[in-house]
Amino acid sequence: MAEFLARRPIWSLIILVVAALVLWLVFSVWTPGMEEMFGRKRVFLSALFNGITLGALYFLVASGFTLIFGLMRNVNLAHGSLYLFGGYVGYSIGNLTGSWLIALIAAFLIVGLAGLLMQVLLFRWMEGQDLRQTLVTIGLSIIVADLLLWGYGGDTFQVTAPDWLAGPVQLPFVVALRSNGEAVMMTYPLVRIAILIGAIILGVLMWLALNRTRVGMLVRAGVDDRDMLSATGVRVQLVFMMVFAFGAGLAGLAGVVGGTFQSLQPGEDTKILLSSLVVVIVGGMGSIPGAAMGALIVGLAEQFGSVYMPTYAVMLTFVIMVVVLAIRPQGLAAVRR
Amino acid sequence: MAIAGTRPVPHRAATGDGFSDWLMRQGMSFWIVAGLLLVMPLVVSPFWLIQILAYAMILGMIGLSLMFLAGYGGIVSLIQMTVAGFAGYLVAILGDSAIVQISLKWPWWMAVPVAIFIATLFGTVGGALSVRTEGIYTIMITLAIGSAFYYLTLQNYTIFNGFSGFNGIVPPVFLGVDWGSNLPFYFLTLGCAALAYAVVVYVARAPFGLALQGTRDNPRRMAALGFDVMAHRIAAYAFAAVIAACAGILLVWYQRQISPGTAGVGPVVDILIIAVVGGLSRPIGPFIGALVYVLLRTFSLDLLEAVGLDGKRYQLLIGLGFLVIVLFSPDGLVGIWQRLRDRYLRSRDTRASDMRIGGGGPGGGS
Repeated sequence: MAEFLARRPIWSLIILVVAALVLWLVFSVWTPGMEEMFGRKRVFLSALFNGITLGALYFLVASGFTLIFGLMRNVNLAHGSLYLFGGYVGYSIGNLTGSWLIALIAAFLIVGLAGLLMQVLLFRWMEGQDLRQTLVTIGLSIIVADLLLWGYGGDTFQVTAPDWLAGPVQLPFVVALRSNGEAVMMTYPLVRIAILIGAIILGVLMWLALNRTRVGMLVRAGVDDRDMLSATGVRVQLVFMMVFAFGAGLAGLAGVVGGTFQSLQPGEDTKILLSSLVVVIVGGMGSIPGAAMGALIVGLAEQFGSVYMPTYAVMLTFVIMVVVLAIRPQGLAAVRR
Repeated sequence: MAIAGTRPVPHRAATGDGFSDWLMRQGMSFWIVAGLLLVMPLVVSPFWLIQILAYAMILGMIGLSLMFLAGYGGIVSLIQMTVAGFAGYLVAILGDSAIVQISLKWPWWMAVPVAIFIATLFGTVGGALSVRTEGIYTIMITLAIGSAFYYLTLQNYTIFNGFSGFNGIVPPVFLGVDWGSNLPFYFLTLGCAALAYAVVVYVARAPFGLALQGTRDNPRRMAALGFDVMAHRIAAYAFAAVIAACAGILLVWYQRQISPGTAGVGPVVDILIIAVVGGLSRPIGPFIGALVYVLLRTFSLDLLEAVGLDGKRYQLLIGLGFLVIVLFSPDGLVGIWQRLRDRYLRSRDTRASDMRIGGGGPGGGS
């Protein structure tokens, strides 16, 4: 942090100013002039919160994607299929058991197992042939998409949130003033806030696991130099299998989460895949903080875009990607090697 | 970075040859295929002519542009279908269609060159963006660009007419021939496909193509020799975009309509499948891949129902076929054919030499 401040004073200043501005916009009571400029405060705030929670979802998906990529140089284009698979599994198990938490955990485990199988049965045998692995994942994604369509049909599903997460909650932000001077507070679905908190906790845990534990050390060493790591006697295959299973499991978990506050339907897999592609391109491949940053940026851009310029919302995400590519091709948070 | 050891056969440097010399060197199979394609209209029904052969040739051209990039440049770009779709859209926007409030009604001889030019520009700029990255990154970025275009066409109503797109786009009537009717359209596609094939074969042997293959095999060394690697790659993108744009215009004339789904994520990946299944090592590969793909798509319903499965599962069939090809023959159907032929030739050679060593068999082999 301090290093960043010292190295890039101007950028830090810009970031600080923007952050302060956003905070002020969130907490202040809007004057009519501001409402004219930005539209109603409720709209602005819900775009902000939706953007952040969408970013949390993207982070869950993209962190697995970026971990797998960083360690194995494997662009897993079946990641979106794993997400959708996890969502459907969670839906079925949630219906069977009636418990959201069990659905979440089961989706994590089952999809993680599927990822493990993919690594053991397929990718192990084509190590170092990144393009071939990518093509295999494309083939897999087509097959999985069709199998899911076969199994679940083309209907839209939604995973029901548990009772203790249902309903709105009041946030300490003033949205507007009534004519009698009473403040109207912002209300927001509790489940989205819970997911945001869950994603943050998971992100911190992942960061700690990567930077403070022995396994994390192995993973980081593998990202840096796979061959040297295996030369030191570490069973790299085991590390690979673990990371692949964990990354895939995260995608499955995100499927249940996404199925709770969005919906599950065929085609959702490519959508999520593309979002995670943009997230990791913006954030930098193979970096967890980068995935968090990219997910936040993409989520906010999508939500604000769809509120303030509906026609070009997706283009906004794309423009961000192009700008990042032009200025920092390795991504915002990636270290140049 | 071509797929696992599928380096395209390096062409010998052209030694002062013209088109006729090149024709003379072609083997028997070339003449058989050319002859067959020319007499096809006499043999098969219009359905086969247009829905199967012409469609396969159009898809094959788009696949060919990908094959050129991937096989000779080592760049796997998923942007080719998007370029083709963009060219198709431009023809609909600049030329004539049933959406009268958007189409500008330019005559075709103006609309088509402008469409090709703008689409090529788009492909080149997209290439210039993604050329900063390498290998698998290129796949990701071109996929992102392609899907951005898809969502733009889906959401924009003022230019791209959103979800419904354009319909009523008809091929022009020119030189007294209605190019939309079956026979002329078949020969139009055949001519374009043959031209694209010939140009790719020529460029691959021209100094530019050789330099491009050099940048594929060892970019650092080429840079040290004074070649501008980036410029070569961008030029390759531009060249491939021209082919893709032409194919896109044929595609919109074939379908008579264009909508976001034409260049959606599915078709973008389909082009990759076509090129990989056919084989990225030779220009003929994508055409073979496209023919197989179109046949599968058309007849998988009957095929699947014949073996007692649900006919709707053709995506499963295509996915499985793709997986099998990628897993077992990285250089596609062309590679399988080549291996079979090599094995046959080798076994014949060994047979012949055995006979010589054995001092003459029953036939007195010589």
